[in-house]
Amino acid sequence: MTPAGSSPSAAALSASARWRWWEFALLAAGLLSWLLLPGHALLLNEIAILALFALSLDLILGYAGIVSLGHSAYFGFGAYVAALFAKHVLPDPLLGMAAAILAATGLGFATSGLILRGSDLTRLMVTLGIALVLYELANRLDWLTGGADGLQGVVMGPLLGRFEFDLYGRTAYAYSLLVLLAALLFCRRLVHSPFGASLQALRDNPLRAASIGLSVRRRLVAIYSIAGGIAGAAGALVAQTAGFASLDVLDFHRSADVLLVLVIGGAGYLYGGIFGAIVFKLLHDAISVLTPQYWTFWLGLFLVVLVLVGRDRLVRPWTWWERRRT
Amino acid sequence: MSARREGVVPSTEAGDVVLETRGLSRRFGGITATDRVSLRVARGARHALIGPNGAGKTTLINLLTGVLVPSAGTILLEGEDITALAAHRRVARGLVRTFQINQLFAELTPVQSLALAVSARLGQSARWWRPLGLGTDRRVAEGCDRLLADFHLEDVMNRKVALLPYGKRRLLEIALAIACRPRVVLLDEPVAGVPEGERQQILETIDALPAETSVLLIEHDMDLVFNFARQVTVLVNGAIFAEGDAASIAADPRVRAVYLGEGHDGSPAQSRRDGARG
Amino acid sequence: MLTLLFDGISYGMLLFVLAVGLAVTLGLMNFINLAHGAFAMAGGYAAVLLMNRAGWPFLATLPAAFVIAAVAGVVLERTLYRPMYARSHLDQVLFSIGLTFMAIAAVDWFLGSQQQNLQLPPWLQGRFDVAGVGIGKYRLFIIAVCAALTILLQWVLSRTRFGSRLRASVDDPRVAAGLGLDVNRIFALTFAVGSGLAGLGGALGAEILGLDPTFPLKFMMYFLIVVAVGGTTTITGPLLAALLLGIADVMGKYYVPKLGAFIVYVVMIVILTLRPQGLFGRSIAR
Repeated sequence: MTPAGSSPSAAALSASARWRWWEFALLAAGLLSWLLLPGHALLLNEIAILALFALSLDLILGYAGIVSLGHSAYFGFGAYVAALFAKHVLPDPLLGMAAAILAATGLGFATSGLILRGSDLTRLMVTLGIALVLYELANRLDWLTGGADGLQGVVMGPLLGRFEFDLYGRTAYAYSLLVLLAALLFCRRLVHSPFGASLQALRDNPLRAASIGLSVRRRLVAIYSIAGGIAGAAGALVAQTAGFASLDVLDFHRSADVLLVLVIGGAGYLYGGIFGAIVFKLLHDAISVLTPQYWTFWLGLFLVVLVLVGRDRLVRPWTWWERRRT
Repeated sequence: MSARREGVVPSTEAGDVVLETRGLSRRFGGITATDRVSLRVARGARHALIGPNGAGKTTLINLLTGVLVPSAGTILLEGEDITALAAHRRVARGLVRTFQINQLFAELTPVQSLALAVSARLGQSARWWRPLGLGTDRRVAEGCDRLLADFHLEDVMNRKVALLPYGKRRLLEIALAIACRPRVVLLDEPVAGVPEGERQQILETIDALPAETSVLLIEHDMDLVFNFARQVTVLVNGAIFAEGDAASIAADPRVRAVYLGEGHDGSPAQSRRDGARG
Repeated sequence: MLTLLFDGISYGMLLFVLAVGLAVTLGLMNFINLAHGAFAMAGGYAAVLLMNRAGWPFLATLPAAFVIAAVAGVVLERTLYRPMYARSHLDQVLFSIGLTFMAIAAVDWFLGSQQQNLQLPPWLQGRFDVAGVGIGKYRLFIIAVCAALTILLQWVLSRTRFGSRLRASVDDPRVAAGLGLDVNRIFALTFAVGSGLAGLGGALGAEILGLDPTFPLKFMMYFLIVVAVGGTTTITGPLLAALLLGIADVMGKYYVPKLGAFIVYVVMIVILTLRPQGLFGRSIAR
């Protein structure tokens, strides 16, 4: 290893790649939450899954700059693959997870060619279209997917042969946490590598990225596939921990929600998905208690205010009426 | 690799041509931006490309680097046809450019940008497991150090590019190109709008480029052009108007007329005096 | 088969009127307004309410729908949309989705989630039988109205001063502003008219497309298809795209009901992948 003192560049780069204290704190908080909040395991499980989903979106939106309104396609695909795997092949959760990740990565790879060219609007439409196509497919192939009723009769085997999924969700939460942790470690390595830097370069300036010799196409294909795989993992978690998969996993609101989660938490630093998921879920639960039917309205209002004010100013209310410094 | 010539002033007529275009043309609808340009850049050249505004100099650079697709003609690099080659592959072959308007990575720092460029040059830009610039291979970090020092960017190396002053950005703009160790570097108005302090630094680094690197420089500043260049090509209305060594171009009355007496469309001084346009 | 073609054309023309405002908005201000469907919904509900609760005749509700949606457009544009023009596309998407959600929930709260029924006046009900081809009276009416609107739009665009100002602003807003055109005012007016047209389309389409609170989301994709495939620099581009879409959808649903809307999405994806600027458009991206 290059001794940090001898090269200023190496020192600077290793400083930016070093683990921060709050990353450790976050990991500790995750572990503690499992230990100390067993009564909330179901909610925490949902948060972990949403965070994983948002992490996958962060890769393509925060690091590669691809605006997607259809990320639920890979989430839902992973969910169905995991559920079908458990139902027709083997009920082992880890094998099912592997199958779902593989399948979702494959789907990401297959569809990546579609988002290579075009403006933001084109990409938005194409990604939306992909998700809608998948939704329609799941709807039509009801002999396979159970259609609008959902896939029934999915019974998950015990995790690692020993830990049963219980009604309280403790096993589920531990499982989701571990998958989230694994994904986070993987993504962390990825974004600090030359590949990760090249992604940010092509997000910031695709023209210049090509002008220093980087192949923009290949990188987009690679990251889109990887993000698809991780989204599929999140979907698999939903299917496996609930023992059920329905059309809801492919619904547009999933894509919109995860986008909002990432925007709340902040895109481009890898942890935005986690923070955003926590805030989003807590907000959702709080508002659902007050006005059960009209979450959509408050969500919409929140979106509008968030964008008008700007996320960075949201937490400083005294700046809301200042003119925006462009 | 062919033998390097040092201390010899290459001429565009000599055999060792590193970059060449043959009849290169580019049309946009009814407008011919590049008109059958046949240009030869010799190895180790200090070659300036000048011409009035709108002459098509940047279009030519865009064609050479693959940003634009030519309507006709061919481009040869080291004798090989690269006309159909993708832009990023031309960089790997040693053809690199800088941009007239800074094209940088706003959210990265100079050290990250340069480390990435050096990694790309070393073929490591796709590595996803090891952190950028770290590890047992020290070439990335060392290359980065050298570039930061040469381009006077050490004091801002950890600041996001979006927060850098213009002069530093311009230095980084050129540093990024040099990080690719180009065989041929196309500099598009490198000192345009740069404050005096950084201007000197930029000029020094251009002067310090290795003798075997061929440089094609677009510039408006005539002092800079005639201080730096050994060969000059004059482009007017997309076509080559005059070519030769610096001294003869400086003395050429037609070139003077094009520059000093031109109207908005590059017409000679005569009609300007007559037409009395604004 | 001809009946299907006829139905497809009427559907397409309706889509055109609904989507043309979106096309111009995008082309003019480079603003992705996913809330466009909400204006259509507003017009539709306005027409239904005026007819069912205030007893207005059907024909009178149509201009009312236009006006109400246009006014809503003006108000929102001045207050909420203006600060968003310079923002990133992602911000615009989030913003307009947020507005859409709010509109959907508000309609659901005040008017319930069931589909609204519009009682057509007797002279628009039923069909003509022309040489064995069934031609629905209402669909004929729709084609007539939309065709008239299209001609009017084309005339405004090419023959009036406002039209040429609009075209200049779409072509290059910076240059247009530099020439002294008040691009903001042009846009406000255009946005209002576009929203008004959407409202009119919503009223016209209430009977055919089905009007309920999820209308904006259900049809958002179709509007976007019209705009993305048809391009934003002409009127004829979106018109052709809308007609193609309408015919394809109607034919698809009849001949291959299992696949339905699926085909439309796939075709759109293919088109956009091969030609990111749309079938008829110049490059949308700036």
